[in-house]
Amino acid sequence: MLNSILSGDYPRSRALSALLLLIVLSLAFAPFLFPGTVAYQTYSKICVFIVLVASYDILLGYTSIVSFAHTMFFGIGAYAVAIALRDLGTSWSSVLIGVGSGLAVALLVGLVMGLLSLRVKAIFFALVTLAVASGFLILLSKLYHFTGGDDGIRFSVPRELRPAFTVFEDKLTGFDIVGFLTTGSLDEALFKLSFDGRVVMYYILFVVCALLFLMMLRMMNSPFGRVCQAIRENEFRAEAIGYRTVYFRTINVCLSAGIAALAGSLMALATRYAHPETFLSFGVMVNILLMTVIGGMGTLYGAVVGAALFILAETYLQGGLGWLHGKVAGVPVLADILTPERWLMWLGILFVLSIYFFPKGIVGQLRVWAAERRSRRTPDAADPAAATVSRH
Amino acid sequence: MTTQVLEQNTGFKLSEWIDTRPHHFLLLLVGVLGFLAMVVYSWQHLAGIGVEPTLTAALGKAGSAWVTMTLAGLAMGLLIFIMASGMTLVFGLMHVLNLGHGAFITLGAFVGGSALAALSGMVHADSLLANLAAIALAIVAAMLVAGAGGLVFERLIVRPVYHDPLKQILVTVGGSIVILQLITVFWGPNEIPLARPASLLGSFSAGDIVLEKYRLLAVAVGLTIYAGMQAVINKTRIGLLIRAGVENQEMVENLGYRIKLLFIAVFMAGSALAAVGGVMWGLYDQLIHTHLGDLRMVQVIIVIIIGGLGSITGCFYGALLVGLLFNYLSLVAPAVADFASIGLMVAVLMWRPQGLIPVIRV
Repeated sequence: MLNSILSGDYPRSRALSALLLLIVLSLAFAPFLFPGTVAYQTYSKICVFIVLVASYDILLGYTSIVSFAHTMFFGIGAYAVAIALRDLGTSWSSVLIGVGSGLAVALLVGLVMGLLSLRVKAIFFALVTLAVASGFLILLSKLYHFTGGDDGIRFSVPRELRPAFTVFEDKLTGFDIVGFLTTGSLDEALFKLSFDGRVVMYYILFVVCALLFLMMLRMMNSPFGRVCQAIRENEFRAEAIGYRTVYFRTINVCLSAGIAALAGSLMALATRYAHPETFLSFGVMVNILLMTVIGGMGTLYGAVVGAALFILAETYLQGGLGWLHGKVAGVPVLADILTPERWLMWLGILFVLSIYFFPKGIVGQLRVWAAERRSRRTPDAADPAAATVSRH
Repeated sequence: MTTQVLEQNTGFKLSEWIDTRPHHFLLLLVGVLGFLAMVVYSWQHLAGIGVEPTLTAALGKAGSAWVTMTLAGLAMGLLIFIMASGMTLVFGLMHVLNLGHGAFITLGAFVGGSALAALSGMVHADSLLANLAAIALAIVAAMLVAGAGGLVFERLIVRPVYHDPLKQILVTVGGSIVILQLITVFWGPNEIPLARPASLLGSFSAGDIVLEKYRLLAVAVGLTIYAGMQAVINKTRIGLLIRAGVENQEMVENLGYRIKLLFIAVFMAGSALAAVGGVMWGLYDQLIHTHLGDLRMVQVIIVIIIGGLGSITGCFYGALLVGLLFNYLSLVAPAVADFASIGLMVAVLMWRPQGLIPVIRV
């Protein structure tokens, strides 16, 4: 059962299993564990970004295709839903039309991009995607009447997804786990939660994201995924064995683009707002890159760990730096460097250090340690597969 | 037919010329197409204001518009070339794709801005010579700081990841985040206005032909840098080593040269060139902010791809092409001007996947 759900790709490290279980359980019961709007936005964002980062990892980690146009597909999904709901009226059918057309456009653009990689290789391809993505951003801000330009699009979602809608009258009881851990009081930690449209939206998001993630896990552990990995290791050899690498690359780019578009649609539905800054800016692209690398390239579980840790850091690291800033308020330069606004710098430093010292990312490193421990315990029966896992 | 006649009479083979000199061919093509577009535009414009359009009137009007736009386009192309030259130089020798180049452009702009603020006496002086001297000093200051920054960047960030293109991309992106944040620490997050000296404001005009004074300075600086780079690379011993290093790095090492020192020097030079570009662009925009470099990076990347990664001549012609195309289109068809350079890049890559002048096979 578990084997078929995870497609035989187990975490292969006890610490990693525990971490994944913690993240998945927290997300599954998030509305009952973390009250408040900031928390709601944070855990919805984590769900979406797990899928988004995983879809990027299919390209970067599994096939070694460097693309800077991933946010473009994310944005296509988001804007398709936003435009459909704005122009076709607020109904479930416009949601479906929006998601469907976003997916179709993303697949088409992905196809063109995949075919482009036939002619333009490696670094050239990476730079071309960067230029194309920035061109898309310019296009979006020029077509003001269609896309809202730099103001973005605010839209309303079907009634069942609005906060005013409640599924049933009775309030449920939630348990504020952060509050309990900080105050230690059991009574204060309990809070009342009405099962409203936002919770419905979150659970739709959660289920779709979980399905998409498991689908990607299945894909990457299928013969298709193996060929992708072969292309990553040595494209020339993969071609010599007889695989048409262009087909595989193109299919891979298309799938990745389509999944990114779906993630964009979900994110737009959850925030009811499509804006170039949150969906398309180069900053978002860099964040995806950071999450992929910090989590561990070429391991889809890396996307889960990377996205969860990064978004938590993004939301709460500033608070931590604020606390440090208070401690060193008198020191001239140090105080400037430790202000909460400089959190991105610390993240940049962490990023560079993690590439040097943990090139395999968190997941890869945990697996290496687990494999070492196993081989120490039973030197003869050491699992050779585990030791060579994800060399990238 | 005509090409055959041409070939028989003069021994000039057009297809061979296009094949060996695609950059000259494209530049000519863009110039001629630009002129034709101007003629059509002038014709429509004359008809639009109720004047019976005649061919001579349209040609005259188109001619002056074309000269104005060509001069402006060449100046803009040279501004882009100044920013892009360092990146292509570094890639050519070291095969390092430095996506942190934009951060050095920004750094140069900020250092130059501070230097100009410190030299405000010379900037506001009523003499062109003093003004130019102030700008020259600002450029030197920016080059020194960015060169030192480049040294640190190369040692700390780039050196551990030679021969690993993917990691280079990741690490230089991370490094540029850190540089930009440090710039914010020193100069604050706000935009800083950068006043151009009075003698460089306004424009020269002759008849209908107009040329901004500052663009003339950009042309002068850009051509100096291009000529200087060509001279150093083709005429000096260091240039010989750089060319040899591009061809075959191991052989240069085997002959006893410490190529690592050369790498450091080239990286510092690349960062310093980025800083020159930053100062020049800051003075052009008269505004500096932390996103200055990042916003320029897209154009820089387009230019070095069109030219062929690692080629300085290619980068020069790519920049001129992009500048000219943008300026022609911003008059004739403003709606598509912003996408012109991307379209040009895709077209060039479809024709020649390694860029106009291929240096490195990837």
